[in-house]
Amino acid sequence: MIGRVHSIQSLGTVDGPGVRFVVFMQGCPLRCKCCHNPDTWDFEGGDEYTAQELVQKAKRYREYFGDEGGITLSGGEPLMQSEFCSEVFKLCHDEGINTCLDTSGVVLNDAVKQLLCHTDRVLLDLKYCDDDLYRQNVGCSIDAPLEFLEYLNEKGIPTTLRQVIIPSVNDDEQSVLMLKETVNRYPCVDKVELLPFKKICQVKYDDMDIPFPFSHLPEPSNSKMAELEEVINSKTVTSN
Amino acid sequence: MTHENWNGFKGGAWQNEINVRDFIQLNYKEYKGDASFLAGATQRTSSVMSKVQELFKLERQKGGVLDVDENTVSSLTSFAPGYIDKDSELIVGMQTDSPLKRGVNPFGGIRMARQACAAYGYRLSDKVEDEFKFRTTHNDGVFRVYTDEMRAARKCHVITGLPDAYGRGRIIGDYRRVALYGVDRLIEEKKKDKAALAEVDFTVESARLSEELYQQITFLGYLKEMAAMYGYDISQPASNAREAIQWTYFAYLASIKEQNGAAMSLGRVATFFDIYIERDMAEGTLTEEGAQELMDDFVIKLRIARHLRTPEYNELFGGDPMWITESVGGMGKDGRTLVTKSSFRMLNTLYTLGPSPEPNLTILWSQGLPQGFKSFCAKVSEDTDSIQYENDDVMREYHGDDYAIACCVSAMEIGKQMQFFGARCNLAKLLLIAINGGFDTTSGMHIGPQMPVMDGDTLDFDKVMERYDIYIQWISKLYVNTMNLIHYMHDKYAYEKIQMALHDTQVERLMAFGIAGLSVVADSLSAIKYAKVTPVKDELGYIVDFKREGDFPKYGNDDDRVDSIAKDMTHRVITELRKTPAYRNAIHTLSVLTITSNVMYGKNTGATPDGRPASAPFAPGANPMHNREENGALASLNSVAKLKYEDCRDGISNTFSITPDALGKTEEERNANLVAILDGYFAKRAHHINVNVLNRETLIKAYENPEDYPNLTIRVSGYAVNFNKLSREQQREVISRTFHQSV
Repeated sequence: MIGRVHSIQSLGTVDGPGVRFVVFMQGCPLRCKCCHNPDTWDFEGGDEYTAQELVQKAKRYREYFGDEGGITLSGGEPLMQSEFCSEVFKLCHDEGINTCLDTSGVVLNDAVKQLLCHTDRVLLDLKYCDDDLYRQNVGCSIDAPLEFLEYLNEKGIPTTLRQVIIPSVNDDEQSVLMLKETVNRYPCVDKVELLPFKKICQVKYDDMDIPFPFSHLPEPSNSKMAELEEVINSKTVTSN
Repeated sequence: MTHENWNGFKGGAWQNEINVRDFIQLNYKEYKGDASFLAGATQRTSSVMSKVQELFKLERQKGGVLDVDENTVSSLTSFAPGYIDKDSELIVGMQTDSPLKRGVNPFGGIRMARQACAAYGYRLSDKVEDEFKFRTTHNDGVFRVYTDEMRAARKCHVITGLPDAYGRGRIIGDYRRVALYGVDRLIEEKKKDKAALAEVDFTVESARLSEELYQQITFLGYLKEMAAMYGYDISQPASNAREAIQWTYFAYLASIKEQNGAAMSLGRVATFFDIYIERDMAEGTLTEEGAQELMDDFVIKLRIARHLRTPEYNELFGGDPMWITESVGGMGKDGRTLVTKSSFRMLNTLYTLGPSPEPNLTILWSQGLPQGFKSFCAKVSEDTDSIQYENDDVMREYHGDDYAIACCVSAMEIGKQMQFFGARCNLAKLLLIAINGGFDTTSGMHIGPQMPVMDGDTLDFDKVMERYDIYIQWISKLYVNTMNLIHYMHDKYAYEKIQMALHDTQVERLMAFGIAGLSVVADSLSAIKYAKVTPVKDELGYIVDFKREGDFPKYGNDDDRVDSIAKDMTHRVITELRKTPAYRNAIHTLSVLTITSNVMYGKNTGATPDGRPASAPFAPGANPMHNREENGALASLNSVAKLKYEDCRDGISNTFSITPDALGKTEEERNANLVAILDGYFAKRAHHINVNVLNRETLIKAYENPEDYPNLTIRVSGYAVNFNKLSREQQREVISRTFHQSV
């Protein structure tokens, strides 16, 4: 089984627990306006690896994984190569390496379900909590990721819910409260992370000679992020 | 044998022979908890430290040297006592009669002393000039005997930094012996050793040793006199913690008064002190606050240690370092950790007194260290960027469990092994000389075996290796012989009398060779092997540049194709060095360490086949070349970890820089992740790592000196980038953002 890999980061500490070997898979069907990795979109790009080759590579780092770390497949969208990813994770499990999947959750078919059998944790990038925003800024409805989350919950797969906070788009308390409600609806979600929108990827868009759709938006301030963190982390659920 | 000052200690072999290790093993108390017991700085400590800070400020304002006594040659008793604040100091003793004032030490070479004085607006006095007019210095001796070829190798910078004009350093006296035994007992033992020499046939070796013992005994006497000037009688063992620290410090102080060696390391004193501190605490005479205060006052003294050196020297080594290395932690052969509460107290000085490069605190890391200690070390790294890590599990196999680090990465068993320090050979330059058949295009000098410039349109890997081998053989022999001569002269004219008095009489000697430019050579040979490299010749027919077609594997990406070349180079070099016997039966060792001189080595080296332009800096030590790491930090660590300690027993230095963000989101995560990285790296039998967890100030420095921060990683949104790969503008942008946060 051959997979296409955009790049490898041997030291990842923010894409899953502990020290992780992070593989960015090549190819993504979405065109999120906030995307920071436009260079991973093309399904034809990247380097070819067999699952064995990739796992051999990951194994070179197992001494660093400690109790918590392991491998993370990110992208791009790993679900678009779910059979390959599934084989990678299966081999990792044979080696006792913890597996983590970083995804937008827009596909849920038998191959993906197979992949989730070998997944220790999912980092689900729920772009927005609102269907309109999904349609405007991602290009699909929110139904697919919610269905995906439903499935994770059904299978009891530990899940970290992540959302990029973009000023004027989803940086209001209302939006974060909606995210919180979602978190509360699905007991599989044991962690939630708000990630600040960053614009350093502008250079990639420039290199590819295509427009960065959110180039006009500012990055959120630290104080704003702290404020929203507070909202998401406060124990009392303000339901409305 | 017994002594009333030893009451409460468990007796053993150490009473009847000089054996500090045995004393430690029988008496120390492991500590496996966390840092919560530590005390902060007392009012007294803060007050003394603020006076020192004022002096540091004045020193900086005066261009780096506060004051020089150009009339007095530094030795154990040549200066009246000096103090920062006499009534407040718990541990006393100073190199001269005033803090930060430097004495002159011309024993290594009068020229260096003269130039150093002149550089800071002083003139070496006629008195000193006269004293040394009829005296041979180490430097004089070496240059009397240097061969033409040695001079040429030195002049064209293929071998540089040789200790031929200054003190060789890198010798660690077992300063603890003075505290445990008192000076009288040490003299007595040395006298016995000297008497025993009368029983064997007279040889040059035995005569020399006998004379050295005479000098050692004389200087032990001076050591007592020096302490007496400060009002202390150190003839007997120390009776409490304060005395143990004071006696040990006097011994160290004597060594830095006598020698201006490049690296004057301290050894491994924290756990030794801990035994006395525990005894005092059990007797109710010392509190935690009091114990920290003693450690603090001791460390303040180490922080004001200075040598007078030339500005060129300071520029080369990035300031004014003395490498007062203290080794902390590690494990015992019996499986118990050597971490004690005083290991924490030593690190705690970076909080009580603030971050500092000196003393050079070095963690002897083992998989078996207690978690609480590992976690505290990681925190100290993140907060201060002031400590380094070396692999105790590897070094213990070679040096037992009472060794220490001299300088940066040189391990030696304390009081039982010493080192003949030997700078380094520029391997990248040697490759260019080989390709050009014995011509150095940078200096325009012919050197080494003379043969035709390599021909052909493209460089052939096997032919280049065949040629390179000839030159490695040539330089290795020359290098060993040069070192033999230098150390013969150093022993003869600048022998370390007090430091060697604090060694066993029969000492094992290591001769430390070094190489610079390893990553440049590995990548150059990789380019020749895997890409197409075409030489570019100048009008005289010498190769001055290279063109490349195609890609090639680069060291620093965990790619065995090129990493094996680097590993093989170190093996080749040490194998060749071993073929020429070393002076006084020393064991040949090799380091991959440049400190900060990688810039200077680069400056003196032409364009290399890997694409590095002429004069561009090398990567430091064993680091991969800047900007060539494409798979992140751990891949880079894995490449370095492949170099074998058995080939590089003088150390393999790696400098690693990472942003707090790239280590994790919360302090707890960052701590755990850094511990995991260190555990992983050292589980691969890597030797050394300098860890920088960088804050915004460091980003600014990185902007100004990118070569110092080859691995600086920054998180940008969902992925990380190498800081060096950002454009200047982006870097400025990142810096300004960080600034905004701080204001």
